[in-house]
Amino acid sequence: MPPPIAPLRISAYTATTAAGTGKGALLDALRTGRSALTPNDFGPSPLPTWIGRVAGLEAMPLPQALAAWECRNHRLAWLGLAGDGFIDAVLAARERHGAARVALVLGTSTSSIGATEDAYRALDAAGEFPADNRNPLVHTPHSLANFVHHALHLAGPCVTVSTACSSSAKVFATAERLLRLGLVDAAVVGGVDTLCGSVLFGFNALQLVSPEPCRPFDARRSGISIGEAAGFALLERAGGADAAPQLLGYGESSDAHHMSTPHPEGLGAERALDDALARAGIDARRVDHVNLHGTASAKNDEVEAALLARRFPARTHAVSTKGVTGHTLGAAGIVEAVACLLAIETGWLPAMVNSRTLDAACGPQIRLDGEQGEVRIAVSNSFGFGGNNCVLVFGDGAVEGPT
Amino acid sequence: MSPPAGTFFIDGVAFWAPTLPGWPLARSVFRGEAEPLAVAAKRPAPELLAAAERRRAPDTVALALEVAAAAVREAGRSADTLPSIFTSSHGDLGVNDYMCSTLATQPTAISPTKFHNSVHNAAAGYWTMATHCREASTALSAFDASFAAGLLEAAVQCRADARAVLLVAFDIESVGALRSVAASQGLLACALVLAPNPSEHTIAAFAWSLAPGPAEAPACRSPAARTLTGNAMADALPLLERIAVDDTASAGVDPFALRLSRNLAMVLNPVSFAAATAEAGR
Repeated sequence: MPPPIAPLRISAYTATTAAGTGKGALLDALRTGRSALTPNDFGPSPLPTWIGRVAGLEAMPLPQALAAWECRNHRLAWLGLAGDGFIDAVLAARERHGAARVALVLGTSTSSIGATEDAYRALDAAGEFPADNRNPLVHTPHSLANFVHHALHLAGPCVTVSTACSSSAKVFATAERLLRLGLVDAAVVGGVDTLCGSVLFGFNALQLVSPEPCRPFDARRSGISIGEAAGFALLERAGGADAAPQLLGYGESSDAHHMSTPHPEGLGAERALDDALARAGIDARRVDHVNLHGTASAKNDEVEAALLARRFPARTHAVSTKGVTGHTLGAAGIVEAVACLLAIETGWLPAMVNSRTLDAACGPQIRLDGEQGEVRIAVSNSFGFGGNNCVLVFGDGAVEGPT
Repeated sequence: MSPPAGTFFIDGVAFWAPTLPGWPLARSVFRGEAEPLAVAAKRPAPELLAAAERRRAPDTVALALEVAAAAVREAGRSADTLPSIFTSSHGDLGVNDYMCSTLATQPTAISPTKFHNSVHNAAAGYWTMATHCREASTALSAFDASFAAGLLEAAVQCRADARAVLLVAFDIESVGALRSVAASQGLLACALVLAPNPSEHTIAAFAWSLAPGPAEAPACRSPAARTLTGNAMADALPLLERIAVDDTASAGVDPFALRLSRNLAMVLNPVSFAAATAEAGR
């Protein structure tokens, strides 16, 4: 087991999802149990499914100075950065520590592939990309982090983590190590993924897309609803207990089982959980809330329900929030980290929106209804294709050390 | 004298390019002691994969698994004990070209296998499956600094957790309409096993730090390496040339900087490891 780590202060955080811009919009949807999913109207030939679409991006071009980076993913990144004054928090950190001492670690599954798909539908007579959609910096996996690095004038380490649906959870781990070694004094972490043909038709080909709004852990669940989102957090070393929430631990692992199906006994997921709890120096009995991966695919929810049942006490309140936002893929890690931080800050334990009858595999931890409580410690699960797992542990900033 | 804190020791190196298929030949060529193959080799066929999988595997997966297995073998380690860092500038351009072409013409005909192979961590996924490795695995990209970013992550993990880690770096030839935007020629891959302590397998050691300020990529020294610079993973070549040339030297080699971005470098200081290795071998 890894040794405990020093907690990191989460100095600022934000998320922009189909529920709206900024964490207030997400909190409102979580409090009222409102699903932001809508019938799929994305692209030239929409499949009959439901999506979590961020409204109005089409009418929000990037500022002129950033126009060379135009694509839907960067528009959403830019909108997301503006949420909750996050840019100002980053600029203040840059001022405090120096631009070279602020790392940028962003997760994305598909980055700006949507712009590449657009180009393939508009190839010129020579079979090449059209002149207005030909920036090499856009058509590559690193475009998101490169764009944000450029837009925020940062000068520290800058890297893209792309491990499918665990991408923007793993960014916390990469950033923690940079901070632990003293290579930087702050890290901007997060992730952005936008709707695109690749994921809508790709998950459809795997027969994982639901014709109705997704119903995580429901006995009659019928697959996922794909969403888009941007989320960010600013991490710094904790100078002792204060009002800011903290990253307490993380765990990363591989299933070594299958490219697109979880390990049947959840061995990889459990290993990530063990490592996350060990780094946080806590026991699963102290976990108040779990934001589940809970995609509403038959297999994920079955395996994850069994993991919750065998590892957490009955009092732990566990839900998936994908019925609100959809599965935002490479952005799911950061969106659900933000959902955990909101639970810690407000004590609101969300309902499992859209789900009506829990699968028989669910233990007492997995809930349909929301309730007001107290959340000192929250866990977020993110599991991706390739059997790539990441579990994060967050605390309220006043959690005592190892038990 | 013990090496500076945070030094990483390179215990295994692997390399693959069509005219330099394997580290022994690449090393000799980088040292000016041999010539590259006159006839380019076909893509590697990693033994880790079953015959049918070997044929179906995307180029990135074949390439990555070939060098990953070779580096772990050279390092004398068991693959299932190593956390892994996979890095690639563009990922599988062939699969991406297929995805985008199919989406433009007949989107509902997308192959489910091609879709799950389109994730940037496909090679990492196949590697962990083939080696039954449940350790952490990541997949990175940093455009033209993808090797440097991968090396930084590997060095950070090695130092932060005091564990040996596997770094695998690869890019392939651009294809189809993607050639308009993604410039990458041929196949190029390398893998390194980084360890926090010296062993009898150690062939190089570097102390390292970050250096803010304008950063330029170092140039390749050998004509053979210069012919490979069209590949998007070319930022790996200068370090591999250094390792090839300096692996028998004990110390006194100039520091060396890899470009992480236009305003940040990772400085590598070669460290004498002969004494430490002899110690470890006793």
